[in-house]
Amino acid sequence: MRSDAIFIGIEVSDEIAGDAAAAARLEEVCPVDIYADAGGRVQIVDTNIDECVLCRLCIDATPPGTVKVHKLYDSGPDAVLSSDPAVA
Amino acid sequence: MRFFEYEAREVVKRAGIPVTDYGFTTDAGEAKAIAERIGGPVVIKSQVLTGGRMKAGGVKFADTPEQAERDAADVLALEINGHMPRGVLVDPKASVKQEYYAGVVWDGTRKQPVMLFSDMGGIDIEEVAEQHPDHVGRRHFSNILPLSEFQAKQCIAQTGVTGSRLNKLVPILTRLARLFVDYDMTLAEINPLAEMEDGSFVALDAHMDMENEARPRQKALLKDLGVGDEETRQAREATEFELAGEAVDAQDHRGVAGNVTEFDGNLGLVIGAGGGSLTLFDAVRNAGGQPANYCEIGGNPSVAKACGLAKLVLSKPGVDKIAVMMSIVSNTRVDIVARGVIKACLELGYDPAEKITIFRIPGAWEEEGFKILDKYGVKYADRSVSLHEASRLAVEALAGTTHTNDPASGQ
Repeated sequence: MRSDAIFIGIEVSDEIAGDAAAAARLEEVCPVDIYADAGGRVQIVDTNIDECVLCRLCIDATPPGTVKVHKLYDSGPDAVLSSDPAVA
Repeated sequence: MRFFEYEAREVVKRAGIPVTDYGFTTDAGEAKAIAERIGGPVVIKSQVLTGGRMKAGGVKFADTPEQAERDAADVLALEINGHMPRGVLVDPKASVKQEYYAGVVWDGTRKQPVMLFSDMGGIDIEEVAEQHPDHVGRRHFSNILPLSEFQAKQCIAQTGVTGSRLNKLVPILTRLARLFVDYDMTLAEINPLAEMEDGSFVALDAHMDMENEARPRQKALLKDLGVGDEETRQAREATEFELAGEAVDAQDHRGVAGNVTEFDGNLGLVIGAGGGSLTLFDAVRNAGGQPANYCEIGGNPSVAKACGLAKLVLSKPGVDKIAVMMSIVSNTRVDIVARGVIKACLELGYDPAEKITIFRIPGAWEEEGFKILDKYGVKYADRSVSLHEASRLAVEALAGTTHTNDPASGQ
């Protein structure tokens, strides 16, 4: 699933979207409440997406490549934050 | 924040300084009852947060309780300098032998409180310092240690007061100094401090101003005085615009985006950084600009707060464009503020490149911020452009005279 705000887009792979442990971890680590644990599923809180501080805690808390943070204002090589070696 | 006289008297009384047997009321009939209790000639004093009430007719002398009731009714209906009275203070008419002045104010240059004393108290005390400097004693004292009796004596003795009068005045001054520090005052003044015919000293009037930021720390005092949280007690009541600014800042705990003061100019300001707001405000004025507002942003506010502040400023009638500026080097994230102000423009249906005259925030995550500003075509400047130069660019942009090849444009 993916949700874009004005400046930031959040992409969570289907692989972990329904994972209760991942949902709990994401809710816990994000300092600006972009993720919520919705009954064991990952929920992206749209109203908070643009508050992203690019801290990468969500990326580091989940398996490689399952969470990506898109900088919608950036067209350069740093436009996507991910732990996927093919992207990051 | 300022206190009414009846509140200031209570503060003085709590500090152990003698006051008269006064009464406060909002009702003329009750003023009569207070006068009957006092049992003699009384003074009816309007309770307003402005000066010049004696000259405006807000102080009346009554020989009987009936006259006190009539005078109180008149004073309660009398507007002084745009202020309606909170009530009236009914005070015994004192048999005064001599009027003195005692005050403590904050000396911003020395960063210490200073005790002031004069043996020429009463109205027009300001002129005494100019015309009779030898009748004014001054003594700075510690922020931490209490004003000693010796220091108080030094202050009083500068005016030539000696003997038993000096000894009676010393505890009044030391207690006044103590209350100034204990209650976070910026002004604590007794004027007149009266020497009565029997040789005793009594505070006949008092003025107190407390540091506004100390309100949370002085909750107990304010509760006892009946001062509610909704009372700003500033020089004027907050405008709707200013109250909306407070609401923006209160929406979350992150950083600061508020402390808004309304002005009647046409250039909206989103400014801040450790006192930089004042400098930037002045810089805009020096460049010939007319600020529509003062505000403070910094300490890493959320995007929502930066957006809320920018929307508020942009929505102010008469504001065509805004300048987003902070002072020298700030730890506030540039990209977060950039997101906030651009989002504000977009949500209001404006082109950020048109509405933001200049964006100059030298700080953390500059490069990330510049990417955002580039995408939306907003003119920006880094720390190589002084805040004075940035202010000039903002004023020129508002007037439509900015050159597109300006090196500070960032384009």
